Amino acid sequence: MGLFTDHYYEIAAVVLFGIGFMGLLLHNNLIKKIVGLNIMDTAVYLLLAQRGMVFGRVAPILGDNLTPSAEQYINPIPAGLVLTGIVVSVSVSAFSLALTHRLYKKYHTLNLDEILLKSKKEKENKEKAVTH
Amino acid sequence: MSEKHESHETSETEYKGSKNPFVAWVNADPTPEEAPWTEEKLEALRAGETYVREEKPVITEEERARRFNKVYKPLAVVLCCAFIALLVFVCLYTPPFGATDVPTNNEVSFKYIEDGLADTGATNVVAGMILDYRAFDTLGESSVLFTAVMSVMILLRKDRDGSLVNDPAEDAALAKEEKISVQHRDVILRTMAGIISPFVILFGIYVVLNGHISPGGGFSGGAIIGAGLILISQGFGSAKTKKFFNFKVFTIITSCSLLSYAALKCYSFYTGSHHIETGIPHGIPGAILSSGFILPLNIFVGLIVACTMFGFYSLFTKGEI
Amino acid sequence: MVDTQTVLVWILLGFLITCAVASMITKNLLTTVLIFMSYSLVMTIIWIVLESPDLAGTEAAVGAGVTTILFFITLKKIGALHTNKKGKKKKLKEGEENE
Repeated sequence: MGLFTDHYYEIAAVVLFGIGFMGLLLHNNLIKKIVGLNIMDTAVYLLLAQRGMVFGRVAPILGDNLTPSAEQYINPIPAGLVLTGIVVSVSVSAFSLALTHRLYKKYHTLNLDEILLKSKKEKENKEKAVTH
Repeated sequence: MSEKHESHETSETEYKGSKNPFVAWVNADPTPEEAPWTEEKLEALRAGETYVREEKPVITEEERARRFNKVYKPLAVVLCCAFIALLVFVCLYTPPFGATDVPTNNEVSFKYIEDGLADTGATNVVAGMILDYRAFDTLGESSVLFTAVMSVMILLRKDRDGSLVNDPAEDAALAKEEKISVQHRDVILRTMAGIISPFVILFGIYVVLNGHISPGGGFSGGAIIGAGLILISQGFGSAKTKKFFNFKVFTIITSCSLLSYAALKCYSFYTGSHHIETGIPHGIPGAILSSGFILPLNIFVGLIVACTMFGFYSLFTKGEI
Repeated sequence: MVDTQTVLVWILLGFLITCAVASMITKNLLTTVLIFMSYSLVMTIIWIVLESPDLAGTEAAVGAGVTTILFFITLKKIGALHTNKKGKKKKLKEGEENE
């Protein structure tokens, strides 16, 4: 029972990480792989951000309180780290989508296995053309 | 030795198709081919028969991929499940969620919360942390965004002379779409974009300017501004946005913002470890013009993020900014 | 004894996991991206519950906004948005021939 009363955020984060990882490994479709990678990202952010949370404390926005004490506010460090991570993850997914677009333009498929086969065949044909 | 010496004197072009056996051996494929004279072959020749090489069964690439997937997929599932089970097991030994005395809430966070206002002047502790105590990280992150947009540009930007990347069919489709969006106006999209987009951009600017006293900051505000620009581009066509946001403007804004960010934080190299003291008054906590360099840094980060988001969008749609 | 906020968080986390599973097992790529967008929106609420409003704003603008738009544009470029009656993906080349 401690699993669901004390560690529910962690369990959810780990399960989400597993789902994203599974999608990344098992799907042949490149778009699905990128979605899986994004899910893994958010799972890691969830795991990081829930560590800073303390019951009964509020977000570290001081407002009019000019003599803050550490007993009133939650830990700001995970929030800062995750803020960095979210923006980096969007650039990673944009880059991989651009790569996907180029691959589709060349091979007219999104299936990774087919792309690999086609590129191998292309390479063989090129070698044959060189040797002849 | 004489062969080697001879080949040395031949020119580069002759090297490739040379009949010199040594050169041919060097240029040949490194995989060993079947030796020309095996014992079997000699035997067959002596007997006066024609030698027929036995064909090995050829495994096609498709077959190989199928066999690989047969092993790979169950193995991946099993490994994944074992990994998740291990992680869940580890989770049971971590401190419970929301507890007070966990190791992550240590003296570093206490320092940030208690001295943050005096050191940086920002009432939003997170903004003070990422733009003053750890401003170097944020510079790296802005550089990551810049690099990402550069790589997307390498991958998706059209060539000026149209030789390499351009696909004529795709260009025709793009031109057709542009024509449709100009001639047959989508009334709902246009009206709503006209009403909403000024407020979206205004809200983005508000979030950027208030980053040090309220939630938000350069990253969220910049993304909101970028989304507003995307809305304008969708509603009124890309020709409208191109009037005020073209490639030149993009380059100038992004590189100037990055360089100004670096210039504003470079005093740390002279002040040493205590790079918090800038000599600039922190002002009244809670006012817009307070907290030293955090406001300009937020503006620069917001500009970079907004340009990057809109740059991604227009590179993906049109292949140019 | 469980308080109401914990129950709310359970529901949200359950929705998150359901969204992740659904986006991984659907066949249609457009559905995958739409479900991923709702996943990002639920994540925004969870950031609010975790007392991180900075993250909530960024996630709403970046995760649900810009990333989804980029996914949509890529799907449009590769011709996966045009589906025929069977719901199967129509290839780009076939579409050109039909026109």
